[in-house]
Amino acid sequence: MLEGIMIGLTAALSIQNLLMVIAGCLIGTFIGMLPGLGPMSIIAIMIPVAITLGDPTAALILLAGVYYGAIFGGSTSSILLNAPGVAGTVATSFDGYPMARKGQAGKALTIAAVASFAGGTIGAILLMIFAPALSSVALLFHSAEYFALMVVGLSAIAAFAGTGQVAKALMMTILGLILATVGEGALFNMPRFTLGLMDLQSGISFITLAMAMFALPEAMFLVLNPLRGANADGSGSNKITGLRFSREEAKAMAPVIGRQSIQGFFIGVLPGAGATIASFLGYAVERNIAKGEEQAEFGKGSVKGLAAPETANNAACTGSFVPLLTLGIPGSGTTAILLGALIALNVTPGPRLMTDTPEVFWAVIISMFIGNLVLLILNLPLIPYIAKILAIPRNYLIPFILFFTLMGAYIGQNNATELLILVGLGVMATILRFADYPLAPLLIGFILGTMLEDNFARSMQLYRGLDFIVERPMTLALLVLAMLLVLLPSYRARRARRRAEGVADGD
Amino acid sequence: MVLDRWIALIFIAFCCVYGYLAYFTMDQLLPPFMQRNPVWPSTFPKVLSVLGVVVGLIVLLGLEKPSGDSEPSATDINYRRLHEYKLGQALMLLGLMVAYALALRPIGFLLATTLFLAAGSAVLGERKWHVMIPVAMIATGCVWYLVQEVLGIFLRPFPYFMGI
Repeated sequence: MLEGIMIGLTAALSIQNLLMVIAGCLIGTFIGMLPGLGPMSIIAIMIPVAITLGDPTAALILLAGVYYGAIFGGSTSSILLNAPGVAGTVATSFDGYPMARKGQAGKALTIAAVASFAGGTIGAILLMIFAPALSSVALLFHSAEYFALMVVGLSAIAAFAGTGQVAKALMMTILGLILATVGEGALFNMPRFTLGLMDLQSGISFITLAMAMFALPEAMFLVLNPLRGANADGSGSNKITGLRFSREEAKAMAPVIGRQSIQGFFIGVLPGAGATIASFLGYAVERNIAKGEEQAEFGKGSVKGLAAPETANNAACTGSFVPLLTLGIPGSGTTAILLGALIALNVTPGPRLMTDTPEVFWAVIISMFIGNLVLLILNLPLIPYIAKILAIPRNYLIPFILFFTLMGAYIGQNNATELLILVGLGVMATILRFADYPLAPLLIGFILGTMLEDNFARSMQLYRGLDFIVERPMTLALLVLAMLLVLLPSYRARRARRRAEGVADGD
Repeated sequence: MVLDRWIALIFIAFCCVYGYLAYFTMDQLLPPFMQRNPVWPSTFPKVLSVLGVVVGLIVLLGLEKPSGDSEPSATDINYRRLHEYKLGQALMLLGLMVAYALALRPIGFLLATTLFLAAGSAVLGERKWHVMIPVAMIATGCVWYLVQEVLGIFLRPFPYFMGI
C-alpha cells in the first residue's frame, strides 16, 4: 500500500496537477452555488475539458476537484438561501439556514467547510483501507434489502419528526411517494398519472420539487413578514459576526464528525442514493442520540445538526467510489459520469484497476486528499465574501432568490411548463407550511420513491410475489425495524402521558 | 376545523381519486403478457393510496395527540392573521413568476429576466429606478453569459421575431 501511496503522491503533486485541482475546486464551488446545477451536471459539463487533457491522472484530479467544489457550493446555497441545489445537501439546510438567519452565516459556512473536509478526508482514509473488502459486502445487498433499507430510511425520517408530528410526516412522505409515481417509470415503460399532458411524461423533476418545497415558501415568508429577514431577535442587521466557532462547539462537533464519517462512508459504499440517504440518516441518528437541550436545538441552528449531514454526505461521496473503483459499477449518478470519463480516457475501472494501472487508482485517492485540503484553504478566506450575499438589501435579494429558483427549474429541463409546475407546487408548499406540516419528508419520499418502487418490483419479480420478505432474513429484520421506528414514538408518548395522568391522580 | 385537518381531508380526497385511477383505470390498458407479472404498474400506487387514506384519517381524527404547543416566535407566520402580513406583495410576486414563465419563450431570456428582476424590486417597494434597472440588466447579462457561453446550455436571448 505504501508503494501505491508514493506512486499516487508523485502523480498528484506535479505543478500541472496542483493547478488542476485548484482550478477544479474554484469552478466547482462557483457553479455549484447556482441552484439547479449539482455536481452531476457540472462534472458532465467539465468532461469534454477533462478528456482533451489526455492524461487520465490529470483529468481525474480535475474532476475530483470539481466534484468536491460543487458539493461545497451546494451547501452554500442551502445555508444562505435555503435553496438546496442537490439532494445530498437538503439536510444541510435544516440547521444551516436557521443559523444563517441568526446572523451566524459565516460560522455556519465555516462549520460546513470543516465538516466536509473531515468527512472527505476520513472517507478517503477508509477507502484506502477497506476498498477491496467492501466491494464483496456491497454485492450481498440485493434488491429486496435495498427496498427494506429505503423503507427504514423513510420511517426513520418520519419517526424523528418530533412528538405529535409523526402522522403528519408520514402523510407528507406518502405524498412524496405519490408524486414520484407521476410519469413514465423505467421498469414499466408506461405513462402513469400524466393526465394526458406531454409535459408530465418525464415526471416531476427533483430540482423543481426541491425549489418549490424549500426556496419558494421561504421567499414567500420573507415577503409576508419583513421581520423575518431580520435576525431572530429582531435587531435587523445582517452583519456577519464571527467566522470562528468556539472551543465548546468544536468539542460538540468532534464526536459527530467521527461517527458520521464512518457511518456516511459505509452507506455510501452501497450503490444507490448514497450521499442523500447518508445525510438524512446522519441527521436523524445524531438528533436521536443528542440529549435534552441539544436535541431541542436541532432544526433551530444546531452545530451538531449542521455538522452531521455535511460530514456524512462527503464521506458517502468518497464511499461511492468503492464500487466504481473495485467493481466498475457506479453507485451514483456522479460516479456513473466519472465512469464514462474514465472509459473515454482508456482506463477500465474494475477488479483489475489496482493491478493494471495502480497510478490511476492511487492518484484518485491522493487527489481526494488534495482536493479536500485545497478546498478548505481556498474557501475559508472566501467565506466572508460569500456570506455577504445575505447583506444585499431585501428588495433586491428576494427577486434574485425567486429568479434563481426559476432558473434552477428551467436550466435542467428547458421547459417553461416546469416553471408553472414550480409555482403551483410552491403555493401548495407554502400552505402546508402554514399548517405546520414538515416538508422534508415529502422531498425525501419523492427522491427515494422511484428507487423504492424499482427495487420492490424487482424483488417481486425475482420471488414471484411477496415471499422475499420471509425468505431473506435481512429484509425481514429491516422491515421490522421500520415498523418499530414508526410505532415507538407514539407508544412512548402514550406511556409518558399515562404516567403524567397517574401522577395527577395521586397515583 | 383547523387548517391542518382541512389539509388532511383534502389529502384523503386526493388519495381516493388517486386510488380510483390506480384500481379502476390503469389495469385495462395493460397488455396481456404483462398481466402474468406478479407486479403491475398499478401495484405500488394501489398500496400508496390505501396507506395515504389511513394516515390521512389518523391526522384528520387527531388520533395522535400533539405535544404542548410552543409559542410562535415573532418572525414566524401565523396563518390566522394572514391579512396582517404583506399578502398583496406575495400574490403579486407569484403572479409575476407566472408571467415570467409564460413570457420567457416568446420575448426571450434577456428582456424577460430584466423585466422580472426590476418589476420584482418595484413590487417590494423599491423606487430607485436608476439603481434597479442597471442592476437587473447587468445581472441578467452575467447569468446569460455564464449559462449560454460558458456552460453551453441554450437560452434564447432575444424575442421570437428576431429569429434566434
